[in-house]
Amino acid sequence: MAESEKRAPSVEAGTRETWPLWEVFIRSSRGLSHVHAGSLHAPDAVMAVRNARDLYTRRGEGVSIWVVPSEQITTSDVDARGGFFESAEGKEFRHATYYTASEEVPHL
Amino acid sequence: MTTAEASAPTPEELEFQRLIDEDSRVEPTDWMPDAYRKTLVRQISQHAHSEIIGMQPEGNWITRAPSLKRKAILMAKVQDEAGHGLYLYSAAQTLGTTRDTMYEQLLSGAAKYSSIFNYTTPTWADMGSIGWLVDGAAICNQVPLCRASYGPYGRAMVRICKEESFHQRQGFEILLTLMRGSDEQRRMAQESVNRWYAPALMMFGPPDGESPNSQRSMAWKIKRFSNDDLRQRFVDMIVPQAEVLGVTLPDPDLGWNEERGHNDFGELDWNEFNEVLAGRGQANTIRIANRRAAHEEGAWVREAARAYAAREDADRSALLEKVA
Repeated sequence: MAESEKRAPSVEAGTRETWPLWEVFIRSSRGLSHVHAGSLHAPDAVMAVRNARDLYTRRGEGVSIWVVPSEQITTSDVDARGGFFESAEGKEFRHATYYTASEEVPHL
Repeated sequence: MTTAEASAPTPEELEFQRLIDEDSRVEPTDWMPDAYRKTLVRQISQHAHSEIIGMQPEGNWITRAPSLKRKAILMAKVQDEAGHGLYLYSAAQTLGTTRDTMYEQLLSGAAKYSSIFNYTTPTWADMGSIGWLVDGAAICNQVPLCRASYGPYGRAMVRICKEESFHQRQGFEILLTLMRGSDEQRRMAQESVNRWYAPALMMFGPPDGESPNSQRSMAWKIKRFSNDDLRQRFVDMIVPQAEVLGVTLPDPDLGWNEERGHNDFGELDWNEFNEVLAGRGQANTIRIANRRAAHEEGAWVREAARAYAAREDADRSALLEKVA
């Protein structure tokens, strides 16, 4: 299957949205990362930031907003995730919990 | 049984079923049965349309709310509803239907929205009843949807539910204030509760026996509880709340059933429900007419914003060319 066919159909054939789609990321307070909050439509980046403020921070949820055009986001291939993320599997020794010999020893 | 159902499931179908069985979530890029996708688009977009149309019965009272504080609260609530509509449109969009298509379906009458919003709001007390009963019923319905099997829908619902509890409490407070006021205010509150009680109970949809799609939605874990179960839960919730308010719920059959451990309640007028659904409610015509007018009158704003964005883009490109 071609890569493009594996994606969720973002736009129906023959139709075009009035305004492009943006993904919104919000930093809830200083010291934390921007986290994906959702998406919205806006004609340009400035309006996207303003709409994001009205849509996603009505109760003081954020101190900073990022907006990214949705079409600019590149995704790992969902169908190939087994192989793609394989190198992390079966390597329990990467976790501290793998090492049990030191269980009773303080500060270890 | 059709031949498609009889043949062995494909690996994609098995993977989908595994996600459902494991109580995992289906995400936009996953394969899903067409019927699952269609059901979700219909349910989520109807829900979004309900939020958008739902701004009108309350928007109607913003200018006449009895104090500056009440006006500010009502505006915040209506703004939340616009926001909820947008969260839900975003969720539906991930299934491959454009926002513009969904708007068109609402404006043309092809798509439905909750029939509760086709009732009128003649008195200020209706702002209280909408918050307490209508938003209360909505919360009852929506909390289990936070665990819906489709990821984007569940995430939108989490955000919505967080905000809805303010809606219900402010409605309760309006009614409580009226019930502690003059005889006339108490009467106004009671009459409003009389108007909204049955329509609020009907928000959960037809009885289980007459809701053929419910079974499938529950098997897909979009819905977690049946219409009748949710309705029962809601009745059990509002009975003690009505006591605190001091209002009477307009149902002679309402009463505690020791054996069932639930409140019994009377038969609802499903004929009225079907009439409103068929477009013959108090306000069906005006709700859509208002929505259409707002959309058409706002067209120049959308156009202007797009033209401005295009010009900015062109200016930037020209500048970059010059630098290069």
